[in-house]
Parts: sequence; structure tokens; C-alpha cells
Amino acid sequence: MTYISKPAISHPKMPKNNLGLTARDYEGTVSTLCAGCGHDSVTAAIIQAVFELDIEPHMLAKMSGIGCSSKTPAYFVSQAHGFNAVHGRMASVTTGAYAANRKLTYIGVSGDGDSLSIGAGQFIHAIRRNLNMCYIIENNGVYGLTKGQFSASADIGSRPKKGLPNQQEPIDSVSIALGLGATYIARSFSGDKDQLVPLIKGALTHSGFALVDIISPCVTFNDHEGSTKSYAHTRQFYHHVVDVDFVPPAKEIKAAYDEGSAMSIELHGGSKIVLRKIEKDYDPTSRAVSFKYLRDRHNAGEITTGLLYIDNSRKEMHDLMGNIDTPLSELALDTLHPGKEELKKILDRYR
Amino acid sequence: MRRHTDNGRHDSEMKRTDTSNPDYFHKVVDCQWACPAHTDVPQYIRLIAQGRFDDAYILNRESNVFPGILGRVCDRPCESACRRVRIEDKPVAICRLKRVAADHRGDISDRLPKGADQSNGKKVALLGAGCASLTVANDLRPLGYEVTIFEAMNTAGGLMRTNIPQFRLPPEVLDEEIAYVIDMGVVLKLNHKINSMKALLDDGFDAVFVGTGAPRGKNLEIPGRYDSDNIVIGIEWLESVAFDHVDSIGKRVLIIGVGNTAMDCCRTSLRIGAENVKVIARKPRAFFKASAWELEDAEEEFVEILVNHSPKNFIIEDGKLVGMTFELMEYKVDDDGSIDRGTLIGEKIIPCDDVILAIGQENAFPWVERDIGIEFDEWECPIIDKTTMMCSRDGIFFGGDSAFGPKNIIWAVAHGHEAAISIHKYCQGESLSDRLPMGINLVSQKMGMHEWSFSNDYDPTSRRLMPHVDLKERFKKLDIEVELGFTAEQAISEVERCLNCDIQTVFVAKLCIECDACIDICPVNCLTITEIGDEADLRTRLSAPAENLDQALYVSDDLPQTGRVMVKDEDLCVHCSLCAERCPTGAWDMQKSTVLIPYASDEAAGGQALSMTQDSAVS
Repeated sequence: MTYISKPAISHPKMPKNNLGLTARDYEGTVSTLCAGCGHDSVTAAIIQAVFELDIEPHMLAKMSGIGCSSKTPAYFVSQAHGFNAVHGRMASVTTGAYAANRKLTYIGVSGDGDSLSIGAGQFIHAIRRNLNMCYIIENNGVYGLTKGQFSASADIGSRPKKGLPNQQEPIDSVSIALGLGATYIARSFSGDKDQLVPLIKGALTHSGFALVDIISPCVTFNDHEGSTKSYAHTRQFYHHVVDVDFVPPAKEIKAAYDEGSAMSIELHGGSKIVLRKIEKDYDPTSRAVSFKYLRDRHNAGEITTGLLYIDNSRKEMHDLMGNIDTPLSELALDTLHPGKEELKKILDRYR
Repeated sequence: MRRHTDNGRHDSEMKRTDTSNPDYFHKVVDCQWACPAHTDVPQYIRLIAQGRFDDAYILNRESNVFPGILGRVCDRPCESACRRVRIEDKPVAICRLKRVAADHRGDISDRLPKGADQSNGKKVALLGAGCASLTVANDLRPLGYEVTIFEAMNTAGGLMRTNIPQFRLPPEVLDEEIAYVIDMGVVLKLNHKINSMKALLDDGFDAVFVGTGAPRGKNLEIPGRYDSDNIVIGIEWLESVAFDHVDSIGKRVLIIGVGNTAMDCCRTSLRIGAENVKVIARKPRAFFKASAWELEDAEEEFVEILVNHSPKNFIIEDGKLVGMTFELMEYKVDDDGSIDRGTLIGEKIIPCDDVILAIGQENAFPWVERDIGIEFDEWECPIIDKTTMMCSRDGIFFGGDSAFGPKNIIWAVAHGHEAAISIHKYCQGESLSDRLPMGINLVSQKMGMHEWSFSNDYDPTSRRLMPHVDLKERFKKLDIEVELGFTAEQAISEVERCLNCDIQTVFVAKLCIECDACIDICPVNCLTITEIGDEADLRTRLSAPAENLDQALYVSDDLPQTGRVMVKDEDLCVHCSLCAERCPTGAWDMQKSTVLIPYASDEAAGGQALSMTQDSAVS
């Protein structure tokens, strides 16, 4: 970890967003993770995405559980709301927070341990409810905080620093999410911000559950030869299928795209994402096509990245339940609390 | 990943940075690069921070010979180059920290270079006992040269003595640092004006160095100029004051011109009787020649500076100067900063008792015969080789203001060092152009996992203000030094403002795993990993705009995993070491660079001794 603080000076020509803030205004405290941790790059990508989306810091809620990944919300947007839940319970706590206040933008940062083992039940139910949040899994295949044991996402044959290679079938968050019908599913790599930042922007803007699974190498316990989640291995085998350009509301799509490979999708609030299909045959709106493609590529040892699936037609949690737009905290007491008489009437309905 | 392939390369592709070229890292140390004598600024500031004033003084003296003098009156090219200006508005007070080293040093006499006991049989004549000649003597005496300085006046120091008032540069300081050189066994012949170069050459010297300065003040030929004794030329007047030939002046004084000599004239006037002093400038403030701090010091003493006044004539009544007429001008200034010839918009009479002309100096060589092989240019200046400092006649060298016209002390010192090398090579029959190159030495500053040997934490403190003698007190005598020097507390605070630009960020491409940690942590967005391209293109693809074309881009070799390159814009790096701190593989390291500058002694030792001095490594 680093003991000296990042100087409070910045490049005098740093770009400012529509709120007049620079990306540095969206920073948090200096990371206490190992130098070179992929999570720190993900943090930098989140800062860039939130900055570019002009999100007001106090309108952002940072949610996490336990693990190296779950420490990272401390390292971005200091002025935002935050909740560090118990292990694996980030999704449930976010569900509660979102139920009470749907106006905030929710970003959850979790890891392969926090989401695919102890928190697997929470994770799948958040998908089922189509909870309106950006759910980031910083996926490194090991429990870094407890010195590098394999996690549930470790690939068969991946070698640890010491001991035998993993023999168990990995749990793949993307396949689970696809099977459960999550509405925005992406995979990326901490070392590829060009791809990652627009994916996070899309996920933050998407209405519904947005999963971004990010290969984020553990530089201390899982970055050696024989590891399938190292920087070198990821770079060698990873494969873009659908990249994304994020287009803010009221901006025209300017870039020129190859015919047949570009697809524009309108998101909540008028912004758009343009999908750039690197693989022309890939259809990111078809669960069946996506599932088969992903399995095939996985069996071939490739790591498929990009926006893998999107469904804009399903309603998110509040809309599904017909709830009001106003956050509970902004409702007057008599609205929130109808009184004894009303309660009695309701209870009488069940007698 | 988008792998970079060889067949995609173009000829215009930017060259990979060759950090073994000493100039590359030297240029990153902007203050040292800007200093004509290449004083190792960050290192002496660090030594001051450690309380090692003797070491700081000696390190300074190696390159600039007169730390006590320059710590008061240097033109400070280092400060305008200081990197801190790019981050906030004020540079580190480099110059005044030099004075701290000089003020607080102990007895350093046993650490000064010594004149050789034995002569090497070569005789060198130095003309003028100013900073240029003294530097040459300083460099040649230890090698055994018999050095004779001829000085026209009755005291040594040249313009430092005659033109810089005592309230800026106390005579004791001057005497002491001149004595360090003279005591090396230099023969100093005072009151010895050379009236003929030809005659001097007949005296059997092996080499001659001319360091006679630019002794002639420019005149202003307008009506009335010669009708009063109360119209004088600035540098001549300052000299008369310095030698006590003049000790009073009228109540109302006009100074014509707005350079540093004008500032010395107006402030001197206030100390010998003037009550109302106006400095008259022909152009607007942005075109003043005086240094900003000298203007500030004069204005602190309530000197009024009038702009856009062009002198027309002197007004003489009954043989007495009573005023001057000025034409009032208006100028147009372009966006690129160039100014037109101006339009006349009126006239104004300003009454006065005395006028001092301070509109520049020029060289004058009436004593150099024109038929002895020394070629002069159209402005009657000798033609001098910029590297060797030799004129068109072999064995005669020039330096200081007499070489290329008025500059300043630190340039004269730089010329002196170069001339000393040339004189040595000339006397030894070696080629003058075959000079030792500069070198660079790099030493890692990593002490432990998260420990660096230097103060790398950015200190946001603002520049300390120099304390001055009270306004009433300072006018009582001519020789009360106005600046008091930094207090210990101020010095401690000011040294921490230095960004340690000599502690270089050194990158080893083959160790990089492209985790982006350095890019993410850099507070000023210096770093980018990207595809190679030509420089203009690369500058548009960096983490932050890289618009200062004078500052180099560092471009690494191909990175092992993707074939991309690491690019660093050196412009705004604050040398905080966070890139090295966050690098998991040690691809980035912080290494102290020491620029190895050859002097005459290194040439004499055949370059063998050109290695680090004992103070050069951070300890």
C-alpha cells in the first residue's frame, strides 16, 4: 500500500464535465490494495465513467460487501453515499436502498468470492427482481484478502502459486445472468479502459440490472504463469465481440460505422449506446445465440468480452411493482404513514 | 487485444527516447538546464534542507563560482524555468536559497580549489577583474597556469563593484568571494589599463582572455543633451557613486529607460538626496527589460514608473536643467505580442533637477588594433566562436559582456568556464573543438518497500516573502542591505517547495505488465500507454493535453504484452514518485540524475576525473 497521499494538484488543462468538475473531483482516498491490482484500474474506469456521465456525487450510492473488491468504493467519489455490507449481502442491501430511494444511481462493486459463493443467492435474486443497478464483479479467480485460495470462478486447470491446479467447474457469472434473464450483461478487462469505460457508462444508464464482469488480475496471488486470470493470459486469449460507444442524450451519432456491424440502442433518459459488432454473426439481443456462442468460445479457451446481451423491454423493479417515483424520504409523513384507521381497513381485508 | 504489428509502422513514427543521451534527463531539470553555468539547483536545495550549508555552498561554487554574490543579484533564469510555475504561479525562490547557503556556511577555506604550487610554464593574461576573468583564473590556477589579471580601476570586481549598488550587494560579500580566487596565487595588477592589445601580445603571454565587459553606456542624442552637467549616463554615474565621487543629487530625478540599471539608478538616487524619482519608459509594461523583482523592489520604495513616454528634448533655462519634454505614445500590440512603432497622441513636460540615462550598454574596443588579425563585425564587436570563446586570432579569447554584448553575471561565469577549457587546450596544443562531452549518472533512490531517499511528498506551501529592512531605515545610508535574507523557518519551508526534478522517473519497458497502476495514480496525468505514432499525433492521444512543445515526450520501447508504448509528457511531472510507488514490477524507478559537467580540470585529467563529486549522491 501507498503511504504518501496523492498531491492535491492537477493538470491545469484537465477537461471539465457539465457540472464544472474534473475527473479528480470524483476520486476517493488513495488505494490500500497491492500495487498493480486490477481493481485499481477498475476504480479509475468507474471514476472516468461517472465523471463523463455528469453524475452529481451526492446522487450516487456505492454499495459493497466483503473482499478486496469490496474495499474499492472507498477509492472513488468520496462525496457519494456508501454502504459496506456484510459478506455477500451487497445485493440485498442495495435492494432495500433502492426500494426506499429510486432517484439515486446505484453502483455495486463485488468480487467473484463475494458474489459467486457466499452471496450467490443474493446475486441471482437481484437479477430476478431486475434491480436497477450497475453490478460490477471484479473477477480474479482467487480470494486475495485471505492469501490466494481459489474462488468459485477459477478455471479448470488454472494453477495456483503453490499446490495443485483447480479441478472444479467454474461458476461463470455471465452464464448465470444470461440464464436468469438479466437485462444488460457485459464482460471486460481491467487493462482495457477503452472498452471498459463505455460499458460502465451504459450499465449506469441502463434501466434494470446491469452486470459488468471484469477480469481484474490479482497481481499478488494470481498473476503467474499457469494462471488463467493473469494479465498476460487475459491479453493473449481475450476477444472483443461487441464493443460499445456511449452517446449522451441530445448528441448525434457522429462516428462512421461499417455497414451491418453497428446497432444503436436507446437507453433510459435519452442516451444511446451504439454496439460495434466485431463478430458480425453475434446477436447481443438473442439469449440463445449469446449462450451458445459464449459456451463455444469458452470451450475453445477464449475470453469473450464486450456487451454480450441487452434487453430493453423488461421493466425494472419499481416499475414492475407499480411504485411511485418519489423517494420515501421525500414523502410527507401522512402519506408515508396512513394512520391507524387505514391500517385497520387493510388488515380487515385479510380477516 | 489490438496487437501492434511491424508492418503497420510508418517512417514518421516517433523515435524511442534515448535516455543515455545526457541532455534528455538534464532537460527535465529545467532550472539546471536554464542556468548558463548549469548549477545543480535541486541538489543544493536538498543539501540546504539537510542543514549542510557548507556542502551546498561548495556545490554551487563548482559551477557558478560566486554563490554569495549570485544569491543576491543573479538574473535568475532558473526561476522563470522552474517547473513549479506550471503547477502554481510562483517559482521556488532558488536564488535566495543560494544566499541561504552562503549566509550560513562555516569555514570552507580548506575545501576551496588551491592554486598549483608548481607552474606549468604557461602564462595567461586576463583583462578586467570581473566575473568572467575571475572564473577563468579559478579554473586555470589549480592546473599550474601563471595567471595575471590586468584591471583598470583600483579595485577588483568589475561591473559587480561599480554598477551594483551596495544596498543590493554588500562590498564584504564581493571582497570575500573575489579573494577566494585571487588567493589561489593570481597576480592582480590594479590601476593597470591596457591601452594596446598589440603591446600586450608582445609581452609573451601564451594566451589572452578579454573580460572587460560592456563599459560604454548608450547616449541619447536629443536637443539639450550637452547643455547641462545634470544629465548623466547611468553606469558612469553608478560608478562615481560607488567610488564616492558623487554623493548627492537633486530632489527631482528622471531616469530614462527601464532596465535593471535604471532600477539601480532610481533606488540609488533615493539614498543620496532625491525625493521624487520617476522612471520613464518608452513602451508599455509588458516590454520592460527590468526583471519583475527589481521593478517590484523599486516600486516598494515609491518610485513612479511612467509608460509610453518618448523623450523629445531637454529643457534648459539660464544654463540650468529644469525639465524634459516627452511625446506621449499609443501602441498596438498584436496577439502574438509584437508591438508597432506607436502613434503620437500628445506631449508632456516633466520638471526635474537631474536626468540619468539608462537605456543600455554597448561594447567598445578602442584599444584593440584592427590590423592584428582580430575580426570585428558591423557593430564593432569581435567575432567570437560560441563554443570555444576564441576570436579570429588564435590564442585570444573573450568572455562575459565583452564577448556577445551585455548579458549578466551567470552568463559571464559560463563563458569563463568554457574559455578556461579552451585556453588549457590551446596551451597544450590540443584541438579546441575536441571537448569532453557532458555525462549523466543515475542512482536509484528506493530505500525500501515504500521509502524514498528524498522528500517526495508534494508541499502546497506558497513562496516565502523576502523580509526587507524598514522603509525609513534603509534610506539612512547608501550601504544598508535591503534584503535581510530568509529566516531559518522561511528557508525550511521554501526548500520543501522544490519538486526534485533531478530525481528522474526511469522506465524499463520489458518489466511492464501494463496494469495501468502508474497511469491511474499520476496526479497530473503525465502517463499514457498507447500505440506508437508520430509526435504530433501522439500528443493528441495522451491522458491530458501535451501542449508545451518545448518539453519532450518520453517514448518507451515496445511493451512486452501488447506491443504498445509507454508515453510520458515530462511537462508537468511533479516527481512525486507515485508511479514508481504503485508499480508492482519495478518498471518505474526514481533515480537521482547528476549531470557531469566537464571543466578545465577534467580536460587536464583526460576526462578520468569526470565522475560524481562526493556531494552528488543524495545521502
